[in-house]
Order: sequence, then structure tokens, then C-alpha cells
Amino acid sequence: MKKLLTAILVMGLAGGTWILPAQASPQADLQKFRAYFYKRFPNTPKGDFINGVYSIDPASRAQWEEIEEFPPYELNIEKGKTMFQTPFKNGKTYASCFPNNGMGIAQLYPFFDADSGKVITLEGAINQCRAANGEKPLKWQKGPIADLSAYMHYTSRGNIINIVVPDDPRAQAIYERGKAHFYAKRGQLNMACADCHVYNAGNRIRADLLSPALGHVTHFPVYRSKWGGMGTLHRRYGGCNKQVRAKPLKPQGDEYVALEYFHTYMSNGLESNGPGARK
Amino acid sequence: MTSMKRRIFLKGSLATGAAGMAISAGLLTPRAVLAAWPKSAFEAKTVDDAVKGLFGGGTLSGSDKIKIKAPDIAENGAVVPVSVTSDIAGAESISLIVEKNTSPLTASFILGAGTEGYVSTRIKMGKTSSVIAVVKAGDKLYSAGKEVKVTIGGCGG
Amino acid sequence: MASIKMRAKASDGVTTIKALISHPMETGARKDKKTGKLIPAHFIQEVVCEHGGKTVMTAEWGAAISKNPYLSFRFKGGNAGDTIKLSWADNTGKSDSGETTIK
Repeated sequence: MKKLLTAILVMGLAGGTWILPAQASPQADLQKFRAYFYKRFPNTPKGDFINGVYSIDPASRAQWEEIEEFPPYELNIEKGKTMFQTPFKNGKTYASCFPNNGMGIAQLYPFFDADSGKVITLEGAINQCRAANGEKPLKWQKGPIADLSAYMHYTSRGNIINIVVPDDPRAQAIYERGKAHFYAKRGQLNMACADCHVYNAGNRIRADLLSPALGHVTHFPVYRSKWGGMGTLHRRYGGCNKQVRAKPLKPQGDEYVALEYFHTYMSNGLESNGPGARK
Repeated sequence: MTSMKRRIFLKGSLATGAAGMAISAGLLTPRAVLAAWPKSAFEAKTVDDAVKGLFGGGTLSGSDKIKIKAPDIAENGAVVPVSVTSDIAGAESISLIVEKNTSPLTASFILGAGTEGYVSTRIKMGKTSSVIAVVKAGDKLYSAGKEVKVTIGGCGG
Repeated sequence: MASIKMRAKASDGVTTIKALISHPMETGARKDKKTGKLIPAHFIQEVVCEHGGKTVMTAEWGAAISKNPYLSFRFKGGNAGDTIKLSWADNTGKSDSGETTIK
């Protein structure tokens, strides 16, 4: 797995491209996705979509900038850094599980691992690393895993998100599954992710502004004022599912992993800016 | 405050290890902290009682020399960034009172001799309310207020 | 220093202090979602900041200061290299302190 990721890293750095298949075309999806949001928010600089609602609402942006002055997630980054640098009981460290010692690679996750046929998320890789070194897995939604992810994402700040969907039917199936989840209606409120974050992006839902799905995931993991703490992307997925009165799915289960794969691909080309602070 | 004892938490330099343990062993007498904390002011349920508890009395005179920077509509009532800047000469303290909070007194900042009339912090607001800043200078109390709206978001707040 | 992050910067004869403290700042009015019981009040009551042996700021806080509290203020004087000390004590008797150097 490490070799594959290193290969992707090298390809990405060298500006190489994977050969995309003739049928399923994430590339075409991405072009359409971007075109839609550029048209819907013509005054938003393309790179600013990574700031979500703050890219389209000056009043909340001002508050966010006040928080960013000295954001609470700095405490989490520090905790994560300490954890990352503390050896496991067997003497090895997290760095040994990742290319480039885990520094500056978060923007490549999630990626498709041909050997296992699975998509690996950063949190998934963190727990895989722990398992490989005789340590118990961390819980998926908050706490230490969010701190570790925050630290690793912090080292990737400014790096361009580069998710690859290779010419492999297994990878494409996962991508398509994620895409299907995103556009499918669910819950008692019978709403799809797309209903709020594509078709109604920029509109209000009571006093909240709906964030555009372009650049949606770039700032994760996220310190939410509502949570009073740091949480992972899958924690937010569960929350969003609950908000349309749908049963939340398992964090890091196949469905949310597939969703993350599609969702992050749609932010390809944007800067990774985690960890973030949101309401 | 009637008796504002200046307490110095740490004398001399702090060596992280030993002093850290001294702190947790309670050698810094938590009771001394409680003695100076204006309990009646923090437990007061009205602005007037909070002011009374804090200053023993006195009326607030509106002043345009106090500027409050706070959002018109708070993004999240749990974390509302508030800054107060005061141009009043001889300011000794800046206090923050949130009128509609269950316990309106939120904070009181006692300024050292060379400390400027400026504080910035983040506060919790239970609902739409006026955020009042009170500056004590000599025997006088000056105040200014700004309304901050707190709304219920659409996605569960 | 574990719970305190500080930045101290001197410019034009004024030192600006920014501090971020890790603390739950529980009001005592929140219920534990699982047990339904009230989570006891646990909040910082006092923060003291010193420079050159003098107290530059004493903050008396109530539980309505946000979780993981932030504080910023400015004082005249202070030079790059000077030490700033900040300490806090909460209503349960816990306390912590830390130092930073003015940049």
C-alpha cells in the first residue's frame, strides 16, 4: 500500500496522469461539477471555495476570521503531533507506515489500493498503522484520531488535492457508489446531499447558509463550535444524515468511504486547508 | 470590587516540572482564588445586580469612548467573538455583561498599570441580547452596549 | 504549559498577548446526552498574566466564556526576549500556568 501511495505521490508531483476509462468518467463529472458552481457563484474566486460558506457570506466570514486569529484547533494539532511522534509499544512510529514519513500527504487521501481492492481513507490508514503495530484501533469520529488527522492535514496545508480514480472497475464502482449516495434522496425529509449543497447552495435553511459542495471536504477534520471540539468527515456525514432524519451509517463503513472518495474527488485541484474551524 | 487583592500566582521563575507538580498539589491555595472571585456578581441574575456585586453600587453612564466589536448575527451562540476598546483615561477594568444570559456577568478584566483599554475574547450567548461593556475609571462607571442576534440554524443549530 | 498556547509580540512600544487555553468551561447547565444528568460546572475563574514581575492582566471569568477560551490584550512596554507568564485557576481547584517569550 505504501508503494502504491508513493507511486501516486511521485506521479502527482511529476504532473503525470492516470489513464482514465472510456465509460465512467470522474473527470467529466468534475468538469460539470466545477462549471455548475463557477456559474452559480461567479464572484467567488475559484480557490476560495475551500472556505465553504465563508467564501459566499461576508458576515460569517468576519467571525470566522476572528476565530482563525487563534483557532481552537491549534490545541488539537499539538495533541496530534505529540501522538504522531510518540512511538508505539513496539518502538515503531506512525511515520513508518506512510510515505514521506506521513508529512504532506493527506491531500492524496482517500486513494484506491489495488492490492486490497479497497479505498483507503487517512483515518483508515491511521488505524491500519496501529493494527500493524499491535495497537488498538482508535474510535472513528472524534478524539485522538481526529487530532492525528488534524496534525497530518496541517502538514498538507496548501497542497493540491489529487484523488485518483484509476482505470480499475473496482475503483470506479466505489466512486460510482459514492456519487450515487451524494445524489440519492434519503431520510424522512427525503433529501439528497445534492439538494442542499448543489441545487440550493447559497440559499438559506432557516438561519443557516448552505455551503457549496465544491471545496466541501478540503478543511476536514474540523473543529465545530457546535461540537466544542474536533471531528472527522465521517462524524459530519453521520450528522448530516441525521439532519434529514436518515439513519446515520457506520463511520469508515463502505458507504461513507465511497462517499468520501467521490466527495473528495470533486475537490481535486483545490488546496487542502485542514484542519478547519466552522460553526 | 471592594477588595481587589493583587495576587501573584507565581513568584520567581517557573520550572515546568516541579512547579507544575506544586500547582496540582494545591500549594497555590485555591481558596485564595475563590476569595477574590466576585461570586455574588457572577451569580447575579440581572444586569443591575451584577453591577452592584462587582462595584458595590454606582450608575452606568453611557460613553461613546467605548467601542464593542461583535457580530450583528452570531454564527454560533456558543462562540461569539467580542472585543472591547476603551479610550477612557485611567480605565481600571473592563467588564462584559450579556443582558439576557441567565447570569449576565461574563467576565471582568482588571487592567494592570500600563495595560491598554482593550480586551478580546469569545463568549457564550444563550439568545439574542445586548452585550454591555462596563469600564471603571476612578469612581465612575461608563458603559456601551451592542445587540447581537443569536439564531437557530437550519441544520439543528 | 500543556493547556496554554500563547503568542506575545512587541511592536512600537506595545506588547500584544494572545492566549488560547484548553478547558471545557462547563456551565453546569448542560445535560449529558447519554445519562441525562447535569454535567457539573467546571470553568476557569481567574487568569493572571505577568510581565517583569508585574501583573498586567487579571481576568475574572464566569462559565459563559467559551470552551477552549481565548484572550487577547495589550500593554505598554515589553521587549523581544522578555518572559510572559500566564496562569489560570478553575472552580474545581485545578490550575495551570505557562510562559512564553515576547517576539
